[in-house]
Amino acid sequence: MEYQVKNISPNNFEQCIKCTICTVYCPVLSVNPDYPGPKQAGPDGERYRLKDPEFYDKALKMCLNCKRCEVACPSGVRIGDIIQNARIKYDHHAPLLRDRMLASTDEMGTLATKMAPIVNTMLRFKPVKAVMHSVIGIDSNRTFPAYASRTFESWMRHKAPDQSGFKKKVSYFHGCYVNYNFPTLGQDFVKLMNSIGFGVELLKKERCCGVAKIANKLIKEATRDAKTNIEAIRASVGEGRPVLGTSSTCIFTMRDEYPHVLGVDNADVRDSISLATKFVYELIDSGKVKLVFRPDFKKRITYHVPCHMQRMGWAIYSLDLLKMIPGLELVPIESTCCGISGTYGFKKENYATSQAIGKELFDNILAANVDLVACDCETCKWQIEMSTGVPVSNPVSILAEALDVEATRRANGL
Amino acid sequence: MKYDTIIIGGGLSGLVAGVKLASANRKVAIITSGQSALHFSSGSFSLLSKVEGEKVSDPIEALAKLPEAHPYRKIGSENVRNLASDVPHLFAKAGVLLNGNASECHYRLTPLGLWEPTWLTIDTLAACTDPRNCPWRNAVIVNFKGYLDFYPEYLADGLNKMGFTTRCEEVTLPELTRLRKSTSEMRAASIAKVLRGNTLESLAAELLRVSGDADVIFMPAVIGLKSNAETDRLSQLVDKAIRYVPVIPMSVVGVRAESMLRRLFESLGGTYLLGDSVKSGDFKGNRLQSVRTVNLGENTPLEADQFILATGSFFSQGLVAKPDAIVEPVFGLDVECTATRPERYNKDFFGPQAYMRFGVKTDSDFRVSLGGKTIENLRAIGAILAGADALKEGSGAGIATITALHAAQRILS
Repeated sequence: MEYQVKNISPNNFEQCIKCTICTVYCPVLSVNPDYPGPKQAGPDGERYRLKDPEFYDKALKMCLNCKRCEVACPSGVRIGDIIQNARIKYDHHAPLLRDRMLASTDEMGTLATKMAPIVNTMLRFKPVKAVMHSVIGIDSNRTFPAYASRTFESWMRHKAPDQSGFKKKVSYFHGCYVNYNFPTLGQDFVKLMNSIGFGVELLKKERCCGVAKIANKLIKEATRDAKTNIEAIRASVGEGRPVLGTSSTCIFTMRDEYPHVLGVDNADVRDSISLATKFVYELIDSGKVKLVFRPDFKKRITYHVPCHMQRMGWAIYSLDLLKMIPGLELVPIESTCCGISGTYGFKKENYATSQAIGKELFDNILAANVDLVACDCETCKWQIEMSTGVPVSNPVSILAEALDVEATRRANGL
Repeated sequence: MKYDTIIIGGGLSGLVAGVKLASANRKVAIITSGQSALHFSSGSFSLLSKVEGEKVSDPIEALAKLPEAHPYRKIGSENVRNLASDVPHLFAKAGVLLNGNASECHYRLTPLGLWEPTWLTIDTLAACTDPRNCPWRNAVIVNFKGYLDFYPEYLADGLNKMGFTTRCEEVTLPELTRLRKSTSEMRAASIAKVLRGNTLESLAAELLRVSGDADVIFMPAVIGLKSNAETDRLSQLVDKAIRYVPVIPMSVVGVRAESMLRRLFESLGGTYLLGDSVKSGDFKGNRLQSVRTVNLGENTPLEADQFILATGSFFSQGLVAKPDAIVEPVFGLDVECTATRPERYNKDFFGPQAYMRFGVKTDSDFRVSLGGKTIENLRAIGAILAGADALKEGSGAGIATITALHAAQRILS
């Protein structure tokens, strides 16, 4: 009947039955009672805000945007989206200089990679850290990930093995971390894809996915980047190349935050934006591809589910791929938030909260007594490595390391 | 992805079926959209408390009085008795200890101080075979200062009626005072997150201070969100019986039971897909071949030999009421319901409501039907089944667990 069709609210907020299940799973509320919690900040507060924007509560900026409330919600309410949209709509404070710096990953990365050795030394230098802490507000306990001297894009253009001979191709959304800090992961991705017969290309143009800009309320800039990315993705998909990434947060942002938070339509290409692990798993599952692993690869690892991976529901792909490696012993741990949430944990006012949220995960990882933590998110990696001392690797890198490249090529008829 | 059995719905029924099948070395996946109704559990499971408004003392004997279309009647009294006796064993494997048995009700203390008959109760909760002859008589009821979801005076009243001596006390701790900063979040789960580790030692000291000569402490069930570690520790520290009373949800005991069942399921090799929902099924002839989910998308069909539908009733959206129809939203299965809208309701709000008995149509083996055709490998279990009024009968948890074990048994045989 007609009236039921009209009874649809943004982000499903009318579906909230006030059950409070979301509050049980909010990592912030667990450690910080100043935060009103997802139910109050989300659907409850929204009713008031719709009446009068004066009801906007600045405590909403404490939300990590981890979306664990949405995973827990039995009624399908997009609680995290309601909160982020309220911040965008009602919080009129201009972002701090620090927030702009943290969010401008492309600009900072481009500058820093040009002078990587100097920048890296400076960022580790105690007096510099002290100034950054007191003047800018970046917590001195944090160390920025080191910048690479050569960007991944530059490596792809000049150093990468020739990709032109492959009949099947994908485009790689490398993200800022691979480009400016850790090209090795991108190289591992190329190695993996090449060995199963896929050539890798860069997108015509790639900007930061925008997650840091959204978190720091640089919405105009995030939207501009989103439009650039979707245009490049559209071109790639149009030419028959799906777009793969190795960062769960970049992929989540482009698939879900673009339409839900930035209002950038991606419906025509959303299904073609995927994580490498999902793409490879599906090829194996449908019998199109085989992986052969080295017999001498032996490691005891655990897998940490990043929050945005949990929201996408895709941890199963990374896990099932890792389980295919014969020499890999997988120790299960519970999925809880690591507390960093991108740029959140770098801010000095959030440091204590960030570490308190992550404590349960750190304890679980240390108790698991593993060689390595596998994880699809780079910011979780920084947080876990800093807080536990246990090294963290992307599943794609683990697969690439464990792979017998020649045998895999032969198994796939190459 | 290929499984032996895929279970749609991760609540009490889905988890019990999942654990049973995974224990038998079957490869099982549970797909569940959000957390389940166990988050509202009292911590007691009822098998059958009332038939036609009359209280039941021997549930198994009373099964014969139920209508023929009732799920228990389809299973049969003897089978219900056997399966009922398996339920505590299955929970015990997860570490959830349940007291009680199917042939004789015991009595649980409700949040309002009433003694209600029930089948199984989580071992730390306040319950007694005979409330007039509990092993302890001198009670102190302890609440946390500022906690509004627990009513000591009602409890005192209920205990006094059974001959207890009662006294009410309030305690607080710095950690709990800090919680009170947020006016809305001094709630069960928030308290449970605080009452752990060293805080339990301060709590124990407070409990010992206020309990005096009491031989039992009654407290709100707000301790131990993920395991028994906290309640065990508190019992070690306080040399007195502690009995917990359920509170307004979140139900900490329910969350704990779900968490422990899920951990057991995953440790048995089960796959638990949380926050996902099935959007379509591929049928071939009379069989369901595979399902596709919202998160995993078109390129990941989830295949299985057997499927179980455990999506619950209206509350969990296993059934959806539309103005002109009652719909099972996952597959559009045939539904047992009244022909017209006015027949759904009874104008006496507290009277029996026809819609409570709505559910998917099933054959004697709980296999569902689609367009009048029985689907051979898709069984329904739990609250989505037609024929029971769980609220009036006090049969919700019984139907959830017993139909789950029954379906698992049929799949395994």
